Amino acid sequence: MGEGREPTRSVYLLSRVSVSAPAPRTGPRTVAGTLGLLLVAAFVGCDGSPDSPSEGLELAWVETDGPQEGDYLPAPALSLETFPCSDCHDPEIPVNRRVRELKLVHAEIPMRHASSQTWCLDCHDDVDRDQLRLSSGEKVPFEDVLRLCGQCHGSQLRDWRAGVHGLRTGAWNGEKTYLQCVYCHDAHDPAFRPIEPEPPPRAPTRTP
Amino acid sequence: MNEARSLDRRDFLCVVAGCVAATTGSCADVTHTPFFRERLRELTKAELADIVAGMAEDYHARYGKRFEVGAAPAQPGVEFAYALDLSHCVGCRRCVHACVAENNQSRDPEVQWIRVLEVEKGEGLDLAHADPYYDAALVPRAGYTYVPIACQQCRNPPCVKTCPTGATWQEPDGITVIDYDWCIGCRCCISACPYGARHFNWAEPQIPADELNTTTHVLGNRLREKGVVEKCTFCIHRVREGLYPACVEACPTGSRKFGNLLDPSSEIRYVLEHKRAFVLEAELGTRPRFYYFYGD
Repeated sequence: MGEGREPTRSVYLLSRVSVSAPAPRTGPRTVAGTLGLLLVAAFVGCDGSPDSPSEGLELAWVETDGPQEGDYLPAPALSLETFPCSDCHDPEIPVNRRVRELKLVHAEIPMRHASSQTWCLDCHDDVDRDQLRLSSGEKVPFEDVLRLCGQCHGSQLRDWRAGVHGLRTGAWNGEKTYLQCVYCHDAHDPAFRPIEPEPPPRAPTRTP
Repeated sequence: MNEARSLDRRDFLCVVAGCVAATTGSCADVTHTPFFRERLRELTKAELADIVAGMAEDYHARYGKRFEVGAAPAQPGVEFAYALDLSHCVGCRRCVHACVAENNQSRDPEVQWIRVLEVEKGEGLDLAHADPYYDAALVPRAGYTYVPIACQQCRNPPCVKTCPTGATWQEPDGITVIDYDWCIGCRCCISACPYGARHFNWAEPQIPADELNTTTHVLGNRLREKGVVEKCTFCIHRVREGLYPACVEACPTGSRKFGNLLDPSSEIRYVLEHKRAFVLEAELGTRPRFYYFYGD
């Protein structure tokens, strides 16, 4: 878990997949959207306080018979402070594709994700910065980041689909909430960091 | 009814011996008191409904809160099983404390159904030398691996065999439960359990009123009294309603998997069919429904 992302039951969220009859969705939607934004805000290194509003980015929910590509969770990719990226990355400006160390902007992003083999534009589309790109060149919205991660992490994706990698909440025999990769892993620094444990049980003591 | 319930067993024997008239005179139907009634599994639906209603009343009188005491039976075609991914567990004890809160475990004296063992890497699952009391600033600590243990919901449970009063049994969905009113506190089951999964209330359980979970099940997290044994029930009040157990949802690493063993599309079946899964102390022949596996 990244700094500032307390791994409690209140923070996860996102893909809701109905295995049985869909239940009415009301409150959790808003909460889910807010939390999702917060998490992603943390993941791109922006300060997101738990009170941040979630207006402006509409999350789409899709219900299917199972988590299929494209219909799981919207993983809101970025905080509202930095999204859309095209606010700064004007498509009219020529792209510098040279692999280099970033010094002016985005220098705060910790790139510890196969950093000797990867580079921003391997995952971020070079022209349309509001999207990601697969190795095939296909553009993928941030909401479907799972497809991007799954290119390299196929066994994790396979297990995730089966509900074995990652967290599921909800009903063991019904509607569940799935978490996409970036809710637990920082895309730029995906390793889990050590977390503070809850207090230990009291050890039995001898009375003198 | 309330008079009878507030007595302890020794007093009760005195009551039976000398003051039967006094007790029955104040009680509409003594057969529904904890002292007279049959085991919960032997009751008819109507009797059970009566008894859980009485429990809810009793809890309300004691704690000033409305309790929901459920008695949902096992669903047909369901056998619960659990799997825990040892390659992902970091030993953070979120599950332990979520379980305490969900299942109304005593805060003082402390009762915790889940114990997380810290095991030195390379030593194997040496339970005798594992440390449940590790106090680390951050987990996981380098060189250690973590093994949470709770009731293994055995198919061949030694605790059930050893109980002299028949106060504990296996339900059709595989959950071993306890009728707390039939438990005499002999602790034979505790010594029979090879997993240390059963816990005894050495003193009157203390739970702050604002931390009580009022959604309960008569065979699970309803309030216990001093002198009875308790244990994990896979959150029977949740799973019989279709929900995941509390520990599954509390785990920040998604290490905990739960589902119906009889459903070929369940997560638990996927684990058993695709991962290296094993049970603890397999040589004892307890045949747990709680599996451990390595996800990565």
